[in-house]
Amino acid sequence: MTPPHVGSTHQEPASWLVRARGITKAFGEGDTKIPVLKGVDIDVASGEVLLLVGPSGSGKTTLLSVIAGILESDEGDVQILGESIQELSASGKTNFRRDHLGFIFQQFNLLPTLTAAENAAVPLFIQGVPKLEAIARAEEVLRTMGMGERLKSLPTKLSGGEQQRVAIARALVGEPQLLLCDEPTASLDGETGHRVVEQLCAVGKHPDRAVIIVTHDSRIFEFGDRIVHMEDGRVDQIQQREADLL
Amino acid sequence: MNFVALKMLFGDRAKYMMLLAGLTFSTMLIVQQGSIFWGLMTWSQSGITNVNAPIWVTDPNINQVEEIKPLADTAVNVVRSVPGVEWAVPLYKGVQRARLRDGNYEQIALVGLDSSTLIGRPHTIIEGRVEDLRAPDTVAVDQTGVKRLGGAEKIHLGATFEINDHRVRIVAIVYAQKSFQNFPFVYTTYERALGLTPPERRKLSYVLASPQEGVSPEELAQRIHAQTGFGAYTGEQFGWKTIWWMLENTGIGVNFGTTVLLGFIVGMAIAGQTFYLFTIENLRQFGALKAIGASTAMLARMILLQSFTVGVIGYGVGIGLATVFGLTAGSGGALPFKQTWPLLVGVGGALFMICSLSSAISIRKLAKLEPAVVFRG
Repeated sequence: MTPPHVGSTHQEPASWLVRARGITKAFGEGDTKIPVLKGVDIDVASGEVLLLVGPSGSGKTTLLSVIAGILESDEGDVQILGESIQELSASGKTNFRRDHLGFIFQQFNLLPTLTAAENAAVPLFIQGVPKLEAIARAEEVLRTMGMGERLKSLPTKLSGGEQQRVAIARALVGEPQLLLCDEPTASLDGETGHRVVEQLCAVGKHPDRAVIIVTHDSRIFEFGDRIVHMEDGRVDQIQQREADLL
Repeated sequence: MNFVALKMLFGDRAKYMMLLAGLTFSTMLIVQQGSIFWGLMTWSQSGITNVNAPIWVTDPNINQVEEIKPLADTAVNVVRSVPGVEWAVPLYKGVQRARLRDGNYEQIALVGLDSSTLIGRPHTIIEGRVEDLRAPDTVAVDQTGVKRLGGAEKIHLGATFEINDHRVRIVAIVYAQKSFQNFPFVYTTYERALGLTPPERRKLSYVLASPQEGVSPEELAQRIHAQTGFGAYTGEQFGWKTIWWMLENTGIGVNFGTTVLLGFIVGMAIAGQTFYLFTIENLRQFGALKAIGASTAMLARMILLQSFTVGVIGYGVGIGLATVFGLTAGSGGALPFKQTWPLLVGVGGALFMICSLSSAISIRKLAKLEPAVVFRG
């Protein structure tokens, strides 16, 4: 991997998968109103792994939530696959997430009473795919991630790294175009975290797919095609991998 | 997602068992108390059901079947004269004192039947012949009487005992529905009943009547009342009149109603609280499902499926336990226990309410849940 270099937030119009313009978001009201996002512009291209980094409170997770359509921005527009998220109804957003987005959470959020394969199949259950077919597809994804021996294991019997791999399988099983990851290595030790992100980037880096990773973990910066540094609700700096500039 | 919902439910064994125990207890308590209540109500109108006459004619101010206000003997002919009456016969009914061979006394419900027709006689004959009541000084005793008057060794066909110092001989052992007061039923003829009882100006307890073909019992009862001034009721009307009197004038309704309400509240509290805890503990998981693309309606369906699945199981187990209780504690008619389909439907309705309300609390929580919660470490 080559270290990133300072670059632009914007991609060529034809290639972007996510385009966010002028995103603002504040929490609270009146005197207690705290602006968290102060006019963020960001583009994410197809086939790109974008890291969102910055100190706590800089607005990374809020921006991720707005892009995911689970938090309303006060101003601005987010377009994913040419669809304006803000213009969708609540059920439209839910359906959009179901059909186009994959999520990986810091705390995995696996269902404790479901096996690894069943957990990975949950997005397919939500889509209405028949149970046996859904589990078979989930098992296939888990096998590609080296989890073939743990398909029937409950989350409590899995290590942190294995749980996160199940979570990645869950995010990928529906073949989403955009993967949104919130601190995917925060609950893992350094080596496991490195391996998990390596795997995540390997499966996530697909010509028709993009990955956005919110992270504090500087050890995984090398995996990003671009690194967006956020500070005080704004994009402070963009680093682009040197190899891409050549 | 039904599969996921059920695995979430059955996978959390502690909460599942807690929910099941709550709903089972609730069902069992309501069914058991409801069955005993209805058993008591059945006993309260046994004087009517044992006789099984289409129409009962009596004093217009009577409140219930055990409240005897005797009529003049002429009442039988007065009723017979009403158009549409097929037949009308007298019936004596009263509590008397029987003296046993060992010198003990026992109160009995003496029933005097019309000697020519024996209308109102018991349907189930255990031993002997009811027709033999036409022989002198004879009676038929019900199964409670056999127990209360000395047991099968002393009370059998051909055995004798005294009613108000008159010796009577048993010619039949019959089965009769127990009475609320639990007095043994002793059957004899109307004329003999008059002879066995102390002198009174009037002794005719009831006139039993039947409508001619084409006339409904309700219609004839109204006609008898209108033309004679007597109180006239169909068997069903008289039964309900008795039940309402019991509910209004005893604490039975309030007592059983309170217990049933308690069962409902306990079930509601346990199910509601457990479901809420279940939801709270899985809030992040539900948030994740919402983020992944599960709608609130889908999550609500999951909660309802979980609730009604455990509800149906609890309903079955609860009814099963109540039935076992009824079959053991109530065997041989020792306890009034009458499990009827309206009661089971009613309990099903109550359980439906418990499940719906307890689910509603959780669904409300999930509806308000922001999926963004999963992005907060």
